[in-house]
Amino acid sequence: MDLRNSQFLFIGFTAAWVIPMVYLILLNLRDRKLRRELDRVKRMVEQSTKP
Amino acid sequence: MSESTVRDKVLFGLAGFAAILLTWNLHTIFLVMPDELNQGAIWRIFFFHVPAALLGLTGFGLGMIFSLTYLFTNNLRYDAIAESIIEVALVFAAVNLVTGSIWARIIWGIWWAWDARLTSMLVCWLIFAGYLMLRRAIDEPTQRARLSAVVSIFGAVDVVIVWKSIEWWRTQHPAPVLSIRNGGGMDPGMESTMYWNLLALFCFAVVLVMVRMRQARISQEIDSLRRLAHSY
Repeated sequence: MDLRNSQFLFIGFTAAWVIPMVYLILLNLRDRKLRRELDRVKRMVEQSTKP
Repeated sequence: MSESTVRDKVLFGLAGFAAILLTWNLHTIFLVMPDELNQGAIWRIFFFHVPAALLGLTGFGLGMIFSLTYLFTNNLRYDAIAESIIEVALVFAAVNLVTGSIWARIIWGIWWAWDARLTSMLVCWLIFAGYLMLRRAIDEPTQRARLSAVVSIFGAVDVVIVWKSIEWWRTQHPAPVLSIRNGGGMDPGMESTMYWNLLALFCFAVVLVMVRMRQARISQEIDSLRRLAHSY
């Protein structure tokens, strides 16, 4: 392989992986936040239905 | 077996398949493929640049179809599907823009050119980024779904312009290279690797959309529980 432009090739492939991976991490963080919120709202509903 | 269990199995199966295929493709791209005669090693960026563009544009188009379906049916499920697909498509469109810019720095000597293809793709990315921002700004679900559906239809017009720009105008961007667009500018062995990588990235994109749709379902559940709590 011709290594003249390998630095830019490396940057390009890094970008191609980093962008989806950052999105994956953000999805994971959002997932945790939503599950915490769901648990909180479920508890809120249970409390409001108690006589 | 419950629906969510089947969905999880499909999700993990697709993710595993995508990971294996991506690993195999990286091996082929770096260790099997020869350098391109004029471009040297940097041309390998095409194996991510082109599939990312195809997935991004297809996602925007599918998003528009689901948005239209929402407008005809008023079923918020279609709006959630459209949002999930468009968000993932935006990620791939970003990969396309960034990798293209890095390739251009070596081949053209500049990071960016305001030609028809590049500019229309950037405008497309901005329109759909605006679509997601609009959704964050509106709390009422039906109003949010209706207005964002209109934006996605507007954005889909730009998708057509992006796709056809290299045929309609003389652009600095290369003319079509894939044989499916009558390009023929690529060796068949190299083109098949491009399609294998497209398949791998497609499976990865489907996994992301499935995860995003699960989150949309949880959000809807939270909304309905909140309404229930406030009704007591």
